[in-house]
Amino acid sequence: MSLDRKDLIGLEDLSRDEILSILNTAEAFRSVFDRPVRSVPIMRGKTVVNLFFEPSTRTRISFELAEKRLSADIVNFSAASSSLKKGETLRDTAQNIEAMKVDMIVMRHSSPGAAAYLGRVLKASVINAGDGPHEHPTQGLLDIMTMRQRLGNLEGKKVTIIGDISHSRVARSNIYGLGRLGAEVTVCGPPTMVPRAIAKLGAKVELDLAKAVAKADCLNILRIQLERQSQMVFPSNREYALMYGVNEDVLRRTKPECFVMHPGPMNRDVEISSDVADGPRQVILEQVTNGVAVRMAVIYLLSGGDPGSLGAGE
Amino acid sequence: MDWNWNRIPAEYLVTNVKLARGGKLSKRKGFLHIQKGRVQALGVGEPSREGVPVLDGGGLVCAPGLVDVHVHFREPGQEEKETIATGVRAAAAGGFTSVVTMPNTVPPIDSAPMVRYLLDRADEAALCRVFPTAAISKGLGGETLTEFGDLVRAGAVGFTDDGKPVMHGKLMQFALQYAKQLGVPVTCHAEDCTLSGSGVMHAGYWSTKLGLSGIPRLAEDSMIFRDVELAKATGGHLHVAHVSTKGAVEIIRRGKEDGVNVTGEVTPHHLSLDHSSCRDFSPHFKMNPPLREEEDIEAVTQGLIDGVLDCVATDHAPHTGMEKELMFDQAPFGVVGLETALAVCHTYLVLEGKMDLGVLVGRMTEQAAACYGLPVGTLEEGAEADFMLFDPDERWVVDPAKLAGRSRNTPYAGKELTGRVKATFLKGRLTWHDAAED
Repeated sequence: MSLDRKDLIGLEDLSRDEILSILNTAEAFRSVFDRPVRSVPIMRGKTVVNLFFEPSTRTRISFELAEKRLSADIVNFSAASSSLKKGETLRDTAQNIEAMKVDMIVMRHSSPGAAAYLGRVLKASVINAGDGPHEHPTQGLLDIMTMRQRLGNLEGKKVTIIGDISHSRVARSNIYGLGRLGAEVTVCGPPTMVPRAIAKLGAKVELDLAKAVAKADCLNILRIQLERQSQMVFPSNREYALMYGVNEDVLRRTKPECFVMHPGPMNRDVEISSDVADGPRQVILEQVTNGVAVRMAVIYLLSGGDPGSLGAGE
Repeated sequence: MDWNWNRIPAEYLVTNVKLARGGKLSKRKGFLHIQKGRVQALGVGEPSREGVPVLDGGGLVCAPGLVDVHVHFREPGQEEKETIATGVRAAAAGGFTSVVTMPNTVPPIDSAPMVRYLLDRADEAALCRVFPTAAISKGLGGETLTEFGDLVRAGAVGFTDDGKPVMHGKLMQFALQYAKQLGVPVTCHAEDCTLSGSGVMHAGYWSTKLGLSGIPRLAEDSMIFRDVELAKATGGHLHVAHVSTKGAVEIIRRGKEDGVNVTGEVTPHHLSLDHSSCRDFSPHFKMNPPLREEEDIEAVTQGLIDGVLDCVATDHAPHTGMEKELMFDQAPFGVVGLETALAVCHTYLVLEGKMDLGVLVGRMTEQAAACYGLPVGTLEEGAEADFMLFDPDERWVVDPAKLAGRSRNTPYAGKELTGRVKATFLKGRLTWHDAAED
C-alpha cells in the first residue's frame, strides 16, 4: 500500500500496515545500494527543501543522499538562529519557501509541534526530521528496520532503550513504532531522566541497568547531551558511565545474541564504551545505511509512490 | 416610554429583573431605580414611579458590575497587545466595572507617577474603574522594595511582582510587614523558578507525550507554602494569584483555618480546562500557571465553592497574533479572559450543578473586591450604580474576531458557551450593551 497521507510527523500517527509498507519499500531501496548505479529516476523534476533550524550533520546528509538517489532537486536551508530572532514566524518562512513551488519540506526544529504546524499550514508534504524532544520518525523507522533485519518479526521481542528518555525524540518514536509491531519496550536511565508518565506511552520502566538489559534482544543506547550536566540532571560523565554506560561488563549480562544500536553521534566512553562501539555486537553503521533507504522510502511513498512497482509488496 | 440605548437618562428604572446580591439570586422579579448615577432604590416587585423611563429587563439577571482583581492592560510599553482604553472596553463587554491591573508593564508600575499615569488614562477611557497594583520590587528586579507608602498614596491598592515570583524570602517578608502597616495586600505569583525551570506546560502525561518541558505542581505549592508561613509570621495580608493545584488549595485552606490573613483567586481557565488542551501544541492553551489535571480542576472548584478561594479573577493577559503564532515552547504565556469569564464560569460551574449563579456572582463581585478592600461590588441603596444585565440562557460561540479588546488569544475560540452579558452600567451610565454589535 502507498501512504495515504501528506505528511510524516510521527510514528504515533502510523498504523502497523503503514510502518510495514515503509519498511518493505526501504528494503527494496536498500537492495539498490549494492549496485554500481544507486540512484533511481522516480523523483525527477520534484523539489525537496531541507529546512534545518537546528544543527545536524548525519540526519541532513542522510536525507540529502536519499533525495539525490531518488533524483529530486534539492535546496538546503540551515539556520542556526531561530526564525523568532529574525522577527519572522515559522509560517512566514515556510510560506515564502512554498511560494517558490516546492513539493516537499524536510524539517528539523527545536520546538515540539513545529512539524505538525508546518504540515497544517502548507500544501507541500512535510517530513519531520526531529521536532525537539517530541518525535523523529525516520530515526525510529531506521532503528526498527535494523532490528527487523536481525530479529525478523518483532512481535514479542524485547528492546531496551537506555539514556535521557525525558529529552529524547528517538525514544518516543521507538516506543510508538515498536509498540505497533508488537515489540516490548523497556526504558532505562537515571531517575532524573526518565519521566514517570513515560509508562503511559507504552514502555516499561526499569531504572536498574542490569535488570533492564538481562532479557533484551536489542539495546538502543541514546546519546547523552553533555550540556544537560550543567542543568544538574546528572552529576558527571564519569558517574553516568559508571551507572548507565554500556560496556563489555554490561553486555556480559545480556543474552549472547543481544545486539547494540546507537543513533549517533556517540560520546565514546560515556554512554557507550569504545570496545562496545567497535565490537562485534554493534550494528551502528548498518543503522546509518538503513537510514538512507528508509528516507528514500518515506519520500517516495509520500509522493504517491506505489511500493508494488518496486517489488516491495507485502 | 420607549427605551433608547443611545440616550440613557439621568433617572431611570430597570424592571423585570432577578437581582443577584449578597451571594444570592432572587427568584422573584425586582427592580433598580437609578438616579444621578446612584442606586436610589431597589427591591422585589413592581416599582410605581410615574414618568420615570423604564428599561424592561425581560427577566434577565441583574448583578453588581463584576470585579476582576487580576488583569494585564500592557500600557505603557506593549500597546500592540492592549491599552488601558482597549482593556476597559473588553472589561465592559465582559460585564466588569472594576479591574485591578498588574504592574508588569514596560517600564513597570514601581513609582507614584506611574500609578497616577495609569489612573489618568483610565479616567480618559471612563468605561471601567481601574485599581492599579504596584510592583513589590523596583523594576520587578526582585531585590529592592519600591516606595510602598508613596505608591499607596498615589492610588496603588496592593503590591505584586506578578508574572514573576519573589524568589527572595526576606524581601517577601519585608513586603508583607510593610504592606500590613499600609492596610493593603501583597499578591504572590507563586512559582519557584528553580523548580519550574524551562517548563512551558503542566508536568505530567501530556508534557511527556508532547516532549514539552513540564512545570510541576511543586513549583507552585512550595512557594505558596512559604508565603502563607510568611503571612502567618508577619500578620500581613497575602493574596494568592491564579491558584491552579490541589495542593495549593489545601495549603490555603489550612492557612485560613489557622487564622492566617490569606485570600486566593482562581481563573476561569483553571476551573474549566485541563492539560490535554495542549495536545495540538496550540499556544492558546499556554499560560502560567499551566492548565493542570482533572483532579486539580475539581480541587480549585471545591475551593471556590467552599470559599477557600475567595474569588474568580481572569489573569487577562493579551498577546498579539504574531506572538501566539510562535511554536508552543517559544510563545509567551497568557490568555485573554475578560469577555468570556462569566459565561465560562456559568457554563462549567453553574450549569454543571456545582455552584449557584448567586454564589458565583458573589465570587466575581463582593468577594473579589474584598481581596483588595475595594469599595465596589455590591448593589445597595445610595451606592454608585455599577451593575450589569446577564442572560443565563443565551448560547453563543466565542469568535475571537468579535472580541472588544485588542488581542485575540482566547482558549475558548469556537467553543459554545451558555450565558451572555447583555449590558454593563458604570455609575448608572451604559458602558456596553450587546445590541451595539448588531
